[in-house]
Amino acid sequence: MHRLAPERWARGSSPLHRRDPRAKVVALLVFLIALATAHRGLPQFALGLFVLLVAALLWARVPVWGALVRAGIVLPFSAVFAVVSWMAGDAARGVPLAIKSYLSALAVLLLISTTPLPILLRGLESMGAPHFLLDVGQFLYRYFFVISDEAQRMNGAAAARGASARQWRLGGQRFQAAAGALAVLFARSYARAEDIHRAMLARGFEGRFLALSGVRFQRIDLLFTAVASLAPLALRIAVERALA
Amino acid sequence: MHIPDGFLATPVWATLDAAAAPAVVYLTRRAQRSLEENKVPLLGVLGAFVFAAQMINFPVGPGTTGHLVGGALLAFTLGPAPASVVMAAILAIQALVFQDGGILALGANITNMAVLGVLAGYLPFHIWGGTKWRKLSLFAGGALSVLVSACLALAELLVSGVKMPPSVLSVSLALFTVSAILEGAITLAVMQALERVQPKTVHYPQPNRSPILAGVALTAVLLATVGVLFAAGGPDGIEKLLNLHPASLDANFLRQASTGILGLVLIYGACLVIGRVAGRHRSL
Amino acid sequence: MSPLIEVRGLQYRYEDGTAALNGIDFRLNPGESVALLGPNGSGKTTFALHLNGLLRGEGSIQICGLTVEKQNLPAIRRKLGIVFQDSDSQLFMPTVVEDVAFGLLNLGMDSAAALVKARAALETVGMSAAESKAPYHLSAGEKKRVAIAGVLAMEPEILVLDEPTTFLDPPGHISLAELLSQLPQAKILVTHDSRLAAALCNRAVFFERGQIAAEGPVETIIARFGWDVAWERSKLRS
Repeated sequence: MHRLAPERWARGSSPLHRRDPRAKVVALLVFLIALATAHRGLPQFALGLFVLLVAALLWARVPVWGALVRAGIVLPFSAVFAVVSWMAGDAARGVPLAIKSYLSALAVLLLISTTPLPILLRGLESMGAPHFLLDVGQFLYRYFFVISDEAQRMNGAAAARGASARQWRLGGQRFQAAAGALAVLFARSYARAEDIHRAMLARGFEGRFLALSGVRFQRIDLLFTAVASLAPLALRIAVERALA
Repeated sequence: MHIPDGFLATPVWATLDAAAAPAVVYLTRRAQRSLEENKVPLLGVLGAFVFAAQMINFPVGPGTTGHLVGGALLAFTLGPAPASVVMAAILAIQALVFQDGGILALGANITNMAVLGVLAGYLPFHIWGGTKWRKLSLFAGGALSVLVSACLALAELLVSGVKMPPSVLSVSLALFTVSAILEGAITLAVMQALERVQPKTVHYPQPNRSPILAGVALTAVLLATVGVLFAAGGPDGIEKLLNLHPASLDANFLRQASTGILGLVLIYGACLVIGRVAGRHRSL
Repeated sequence: MSPLIEVRGLQYRYEDGTAALNGIDFRLNPGESVALLGPNGSGKTTFALHLNGLLRGEGSIQICGLTVEKQNLPAIRRKLGIVFQDSDSQLFMPTVVEDVAFGLLNLGMDSAAALVKARAALETVGMSAAESKAPYHLSAGEKKRVAIAGVLAMEPEILVLDEPTTFLDPPGHISLAELLSQLPQAKILVTHDSRLAAALCNRAVFFERGQIAAEGPVETIIARFGWDVAWERSKLRS
């Protein structure tokens, strides 16, 4: 089934899981900006950051190897540009691209593996993101699984009707069939949205989602924000001083 | 094309984040006003639809398939502002949950795909959607949305100092054109099927047009095209592009170009394989 | 004794003009459970959606003495809870407990009180352990129980259940029937499942082409329309 591994990890419990989402978002942004703007001593700095992230993954009891592999999703993109840079006679450029994109992805993965998405979205809302957009995001995430199950069933049905190598000759027909399937999926999604809206109204919805439990920013969250934000900054200063 | 973090120069991502934030707030307000009351579930579920639509493969050639990107289709069915909101929500979820696209680069990706891509895709439909050229406008809208998004992304990367030989650049533009045509064809086919299956969801542009929206969209189209040319390394890059006339097709250039094409084909194949594998792992 | 539901001359047309309901008269008395039977498209669900004002037709509907009209809708939706056929469309919040508390928060209850009531409702349907799960990770039967909890939490006087057994396996049918039989509310059960109807209801109403073709004791109606899946009597057997 489509159980996303990070979603499962996010339901774990560790001191990192318990931190306020806003504290983690601030720390992530500081991390990403410190990394994005680094030039001098990037390999050393990156190594330090990597150690920091792995330590955090261990602390959060997130499977380290699984996380390291997942973050590799950015590597094909980096590989393309490494090759392109090499062809343009700037072979050295590919390395920082790969390092920066990989570590950034790993840092985001750490956030989403220790914070369930609904809680993260609520944190973002209290940081000023438009609640309408976040509500849409929450519904999108909720129904992604439902709709993709339907899509997969339709794909399966198409395959059962006989998809084979010689069918490329029937490409035009299959193209139309796929378009028809998408139109049906669209119509079903549309009808489902209407059903959901009815179910909301039936339970007294009046236009605004009310949160059951707000997020509470505690003193320890402040401490966490300070430490987690200062760590990459201190590391970068240390690396640049050592090289100067 | 979701740009990850680490590729864009700081001034580029910072500017685009600063530009995308108010644009998203504005489009969000506009979307809230333009729809009737069931808007959150509708936009959320259709966002999930666009996500899931990527699982339905369209045959392109022997053994090759493509899939819908969806920005233009949403604009034709929901209207441009709600479509932008849905695409922005998709990009945010992709960046957060799937690490597909960066967080600092989210402003850039939203600008390219959710704001300017959607508006550019809506433009032909806005102008010709109610006339006898409706079919053409559906096709052109789908194609334009992808072309504009891709060109903008490329321009941003070039501005950020990612070097690209002219041969690769022209091959990329050719690939963009192919995916644009594919998106146009899929969008048109799905819209025609939708007109039969669920006619009430399909929009027909009304006579009272918003000149601001059309203006913004038109600017986006121009920016994207001009941007790539400019970004190709300033006057130097433009000169190189202009030099691509037949007279300069010497042996050296041909060798360079064929290496470039071969390289891109190999990488493209590798990405397909990795994408398949990653796609399987994603749904563990 | 005044009826919980009193419907007179209800008519409704779809957007395309076809008649969906054509003069429905209906009563539900306190403590009663009524099955709505009939073929697909006969208007059962359309009728149910009128009871809390989700659809608006011509005619008069009174719920617990309140006329179904705009200013009464909040009160009516509290008194009459609908459990929809597709649980996935009903469970739209990220976690089970948030979904069950959804209606309570809309009633203006504060978070702490809503949480207490939501947990009590989950206890009633035997789903306390799933409190912080995402609806996607539940089985069809579990989803249905949570959906019922979300309605029960609002303490309605009338429960409307639209095809509650659709996605359930046979053991799921039985345990759902047991749960429903223990709930004290008056019930309207829209169903194709004649055994469920017979187990839970004392009266049945048979819909046909937007009209009530007959009503009476459940067994009589089921027998009259051959609504039990009567394999024993069918020709297929021989």
